[in-house]
Amino acid sequence: MSVFKDAGHLFRFAGLFVLAFLIFLVVRHFVVPKTFGQYGHYRAAAIGEIAAHPVRFAGHDTCEACHSDEADKKSKGKHAHVNCEACHGAQAKHANADDPSTVKPVLPDTTILCARCHTASAAKPKDFPQVVPADHSNGMPCDTCHQPHSPAMDAATPDATAKAPDKTAKQARGAK
Amino acid sequence: MNINRRQMLILLPAAAVAWKSVLAGTPEVSPNYHMTDHWWGMLIDIPKCIGCGNCVRACQTENDVPDGFFRTWVERYHVDDWEMKNPQDILVNPMTDPTVISPDGGKEGFPVATDTSGKYFFVPKMCNHCADSPCTQVCPVGATFVAPDGVVLVDQKYCLGCAYCVQACPYGCRYIHPEKHVADKCTLCYHRITKGLTTACCEACPTGARQLVDLKNPKDPIHEFMKTHSLQVLKPQMATGAKAFYNGLDGSVR
Repeated sequence: MSVFKDAGHLFRFAGLFVLAFLIFLVVRHFVVPKTFGQYGHYRAAAIGEIAAHPVRFAGHDTCEACHSDEADKKSKGKHAHVNCEACHGAQAKHANADDPSTVKPVLPDTTILCARCHTASAAKPKDFPQVVPADHSNGMPCDTCHQPHSPAMDAATPDATAKAPDKTAKQARGAK
Repeated sequence: MNINRRQMLILLPAAAVAWKSVLAGTPEVSPNYHMTDHWWGMLIDIPKCIGCGNCVRACQTENDVPDGFFRTWVERYHVDDWEMKNPQDILVNPMTDPTVISPDGGKEGFPVATDTSGKYFFVPKMCNHCADSPCTQVCPVGATFVAPDGVVLVDQKYCLGCAYCVQACPYGCRYIHPEKHVADKCTLCYHRITKGLTTACCEACPTGARQLVDLKNPKDPIHEFMKTHSLQVLKPQMATGAKAFYNGLDGSVR
């Protein structure tokens, strides 16, 4: 016992250290997020939070579940591999509505829509079909002659309302 | 209330299980999704890109990207014809000094190119979801990380907005969100791919120039594509383990 006779101050000091360490553990328990370190040096719960972001583009499988007639038409034409929402925009609101007919998608204006891809430019790949809209259609909407879901003139049967393609349009297309 | 030993033995593990579920935080949104089954990346097929900007607009719609900031953007390169007339011309080699434009990230497409000389191509850019990403390594608080499925994500509740990661990214793919004041970037549409959908940019691409790839899925067409094509990543000298694979990438792309 004589060894510890004058060691009281050391034990008090050691006690302080132990107490500080316990306080550190308690504070750490409350400050560090619960899932921190589950997979690595980050909060694992963040992964679930990021995955909870709402979906805006429904995906073409969802569209085709109801609009199989349009999907069939499209699958036979040049635009077979163009997804629905590439032209029609994000439609998850429409697709996920209890009654989809209440959220009516806006029909795209073909004058602007088609030109985004098909306006002729030296920068585009040479084998991509492209026209100078002003020469090709004189400002008429593209769907006057072409059906966007199956755009080739010979493949598509134009609507009864559609005009027969005039010569200049045909020539412009042939030249390209 | 009196609880005997038997009830206590049943109650304690039950309480432990309940407490565990409380600690687990946000429950898994997609119960059928297992992170360890995937290793995500992106295939970008340069010869197919027509520069329509559909991907940029789709990304903005899907992810509420603020105007003037981009999680993905498209650049148009123009490498002029080169005719060396004197030895000094080597300093202005168009191959090492291409003309690059990206008006508003290519969101509304590109001006019509009338100069038919040289070669043009479009390069869609985005987060490369690097396996050894510099951006996650510099984060001082552990707010950005490579998830177990290979997607580089930002924990926006934990981020301080110090912008170290913005500087660290060699591809310029990160920005500080002007309203949230935290780092923001492409999540590879994590909320979509965990539900079996493709990313918004791939969904909206009319020519199939962008393809989401899952390197851990043996049936993914990327494996066949890699065997038959020469793919490249951006800045391979940075050794970032980039997973945005480019087909037909020109040497002038920086």
